[in-house]
Parts: sequence; C-alpha cells; structure tokens
Amino acid sequence: MTETVKEALIGRAAVLEGLPEHPAVKAILAWNPQALTDAKFDRNELTLTIATDAIRAALQTVQAAGYNFFEDMTAVDWFPAAPRFQLSYHILSHAYKERIRLRVMLEGDSPSVDSITPVWPAANFYEREVFDLFGIRFDGHPNLRRIMMPDEWQGHPLRKDYPVEGYR
Amino acid sequence: MTELAGMPTLEAAQGAKDQHMVINMGPQHPATHGVLRLVLEIDGEIIVRIYPEIGYLHTGIEKTCEAKFYQQVIPMTDRVNYLDPLSNNLCYCLAVEKLLGLRAPEKAEWIRVMLTELSRLNSHLIWLGTHAMDIGALTVFLYTFREREDILRLFEAVAGQRMMTSYFRIGGLSMEPPLDFFDRVQAFIRSFPEKIDEYSNLLTGNPIFRNRLKGVGILSAADAIALGVTGPPLRASGVDIDLRRDMPYSGYEKFQFKVPISTDCDCWARYEVRLVEMRESVKIIQQTLDGMPEGPVKADAPKIVLPDREKMKTQMEALIHHFKIVTEGFPVPAGEVYQGIEAGHGQTGYYVVSDGTAKPYRVHMRYPSFATLQALETMCKGRMLADLVAVIGSIDIVLGEIDR
Repeated sequence: MTETVKEALIGRAAVLEGLPEHPAVKAILAWNPQALTDAKFDRNELTLTIATDAIRAALQTVQAAGYNFFEDMTAVDWFPAAPRFQLSYHILSHAYKERIRLRVMLEGDSPSVDSITPVWPAANFYEREVFDLFGIRFDGHPNLRRIMMPDEWQGHPLRKDYPVEGYR
Repeated sequence: MTELAGMPTLEAAQGAKDQHMVINMGPQHPATHGVLRLVLEIDGEIIVRIYPEIGYLHTGIEKTCEAKFYQQVIPMTDRVNYLDPLSNNLCYCLAVEKLLGLRAPEKAEWIRVMLTELSRLNSHLIWLGTHAMDIGALTVFLYTFREREDILRLFEAVAGQRMMTSYFRIGGLSMEPPLDFFDRVQAFIRSFPEKIDEYSNLLTGNPIFRNRLKGVGILSAADAIALGVTGPPLRASGVDIDLRRDMPYSGYEKFQFKVPISTDCDCWARYEVRLVEMRESVKIIQQTLDGMPEGPVKADAPKIVLPDREKMKTQMEALIHHFKIVTEGFPVPAGEVYQGIEAGHGQTGYYVVSDGTAKPYRVHMRYPSFATLQALETMCKGRMLADLVAVIGSIDIVLGEIDR
C-alpha cells in the first residue's frame, strides 16, 4: 500500500463519471454497455460487475484492451443472501501495471457459468477448485473434476452452510 | 455423480493409444518436492500427456481462516508456504492493512523488506539445493543448507521460531528485533555473495548440470502468460515483470535493484535468473541496513495493534485494549481487497473479503505454484521422461501452497 489511497467511487454512474478514460472501462463500454451492471472503485481497486452470461466475452474484451494476465479467480458465498455466489476474477495488465477485478453474481440454485479456459487456459485449475469447494459448474471446462477433495467426497466445503468443524 | 467419474489413471488409460504406457509418479517420489502425484502417459521414453493429481496436502486453510479473528490468521499463512513464510505474513498483513486503511510505520516497512528478502534467499537456497540434488549434484545441497541455517537463526532471533515465523503483525511487527540483530544480518550479507560464487563454481561450469538443463523444459512467453506462470519462470521466459518494481508495496520503490530476465525460456534460464535474483536480494538487504530509519515498529492504532507489555502493566486503557483485541478481535470495515506481492516462487496474492465483523468473511490465497504446475505439461510434452525431474526442480513448486 505504497500508493496514496484515492477517493472511493461507488456505483456504475460514479465510476463512469470518475474514470471515463480507464482502458478497461472504455473497452467494456465500447463492446457492450448493457453488460456492465455495476461498478465501484474502492481502496484503489476497480471492480466491474458483469452480467452472468457475458463474462467470457467481457474477459476477452479486457484481454484485448491490454489486461493480458489472468492472476486469480475465486468465489464468495453470500449465503443466505441472494444472489448467493460471487465470482471474482483478478486480471493484471503488464503494460499498465494495474489490476482490475471483474465479478459476476450467481443464483444459489445449481449455479453455473461459462468457463473462461478458452480465454486463459490458466483458469483450468482455478475453476476446478471453485467447482470442488463451492459446487459451481463451469460450462465448457475441459476437465471439470474435483481437485482438492477426494473424488467421492459429498458436499462443497467452502460453502457457508458447510460447518468448519464437527459432523456434517 | 457423473462429473466425478473417471480417475485420472483410468481416463489416461482409456484415451491412450495401444503402444502408450500409463505410469504413476508420486506422491511419495523424492523428486516431486512433496506429495505431487503425476499420472504420465508415455510413448517409449517420450512424455505424451501429464495429469497432475493434487490435493494430498489439502487442509482447508481458507475455510479455517473464516473462523478466526483477523490477527489469528497470520500463523495459518506461515504454514501454507513453509519455505517462504515471511512473504506470506507480509502479503496477508498488507491486505488487511489495505482494508483498514492503516499503514505500518516506516521502520516496520524497512524491516519487513529486509526479512522478506532474507526469506526469498531462504526459498531460493532450498530450490538450488534440491534442484541440483535431483540432477545428481548432491554436494550443493549441503552447501545451501549451511547458509539456510544462518538465515533460520536470524529468523529465530527476531521471531523465536525458525520456520513458522509469524513475525509481522497487522500494523507493523510483533516486536523490535534484538539489539545485535542488524549486525548479524550485516555479517551474513557480507559473506553471502562469496557463497553464491561457490554454488556457481560447482554448477555453472559443470557439463552434466549444463546438459541436463540447457534446452530442456522450454516455455515460451506467450504460453507462460496464458498458463498463469509468474515469478522467476516467467522472467526466464523473457517477460519483464516484477511486482516489487512495477507495483511497489511496503516501500519497495525506495530500493534500487535490477530485475534479471532471460529469453532462453529453458531450465538453464530459470537457474540463471534465480542466481542473479539472490545477488539482487543481497543488495536490497544492504540498502535496508544502510538506511534503516528510526522510530516505532507498530502503528499508532490502539484498537488494532496489541499494546506493549510494559504499558499493559501500568495503564488501564492499554489493558482494556489488550483484553478487547484478544477476546473480541477488532472490526474491519466491509469491503474486498486483493493484495499481490512478488514472493520467492512468484506472485502471491491474498483476496480478503470483509463483512464488517472481526472475522474475515473470505480469505483466498493465490499462490504461484498452483498456476505454475499447470505449465508442466507444456514444458515436458514430447520430451524425455528423465527431463521431467529437471523441469519439476526448475519451476520450484511447493506442494503446501498448491494444496493449501
């Protein structure tokens, strides 16, 4: 946290007004403004919320805009709130020396989303991990099997309704 | 469940052509640096496919973190990557500090940089020793562990622990380092460059070592980026990125150092890059020793940072704060942050989500080995089986951080 913390911008309108020249925001707007459902710039981190069915195309768009490195993806379980699951993709740009977060929200009932392995093969293990520990399916994933837990395991340990200790 | 059908062995066996053989390597194989299991499809001695099978060390650390107070998570982070513990401490502390809007005092930042670089040396020394040992050069292992012992003694001096340091705290350090600590670091740093020469003398000109590494495990820059490879293997593929320089944290912008890169893309390039990195780490540590600022090592945030023992015994308020922090933790403003750092093995990142309570709602750890392991197949496909051991050594994976 060497850099100074800039003022937070909460909400889609505030981000569009405050960061109109941001390369990722520009690219997403030029591609499909409807896909950007929410946005925030908080603690120097830009978060763009994308419509669930558009995530693969959105990641292709930011990839073309210079955000070339898939760094991380994971899920957050907001149980019992709805929509239940949040997927966070952290994308790094080697050119801009900057990171953005794209996120999608998923309903809790048999959640599934497009796999982004066609965009970044690096997402392979990450999506398997989310599938294993959260039970979110990734359509088009080449090898969607459990990765951490034994293959015959029942349940998804990182869900909030899965206890930390004791019997299930 | 249909999605779980097909163990990798069966899957490989079903897809394999008649003349191909499917063999198992690990999880107890000494060259897999832990409990990595690889299911290999081979054609004679040529590798056709590799199916990494991981999870043998999965302990659910991310789940455990959700049941702990923020300050109680720090000891968990040591155990994820036990070869580079201080980098993990640093990354987690920086992430929580970012959530809190808190910054550690300058002296704490400098000591953090010094110890993180020592931790990087520690990690690289283990890599060099075990990598050379896998190739058959056993002597180097004994030499690198001699120096590693010195580093562990330094860790013990500050943290009381050799491997599981947990020395950094949210808002600074757990305590001042002992009085003669900087002199001891200086003595170590003064002699260390000669030791690197010593390793280099043993290996760089060694024809067996050269032949086992040169032209082996080729990973192009495009493949490395597509597969999420970071750290020394990425820089050895010619991508010039180092978060310490490009996205500085913890005051790294104040230090002068070079980022070695190589365009050879092979195991030899990774060896060379890491050797130069060790020399650059020594330069950074020297700069921290020369310019060490004065001041406190804990931020002035009594509701977050534990008070000094002395104050606790004399001041009522300090005692109350201590009691509250230990029994109830401290609330962290709601939000989500991702903090990335350049650790010894590559880019480590902590994604911490807070819901405003004293326990993290979600802690996700991005560890470099997890992504780097995916590149193993690309590096080994169409190559000899014997090269696999050299490649595993050169990407320097730690199974603790893959499985978490």
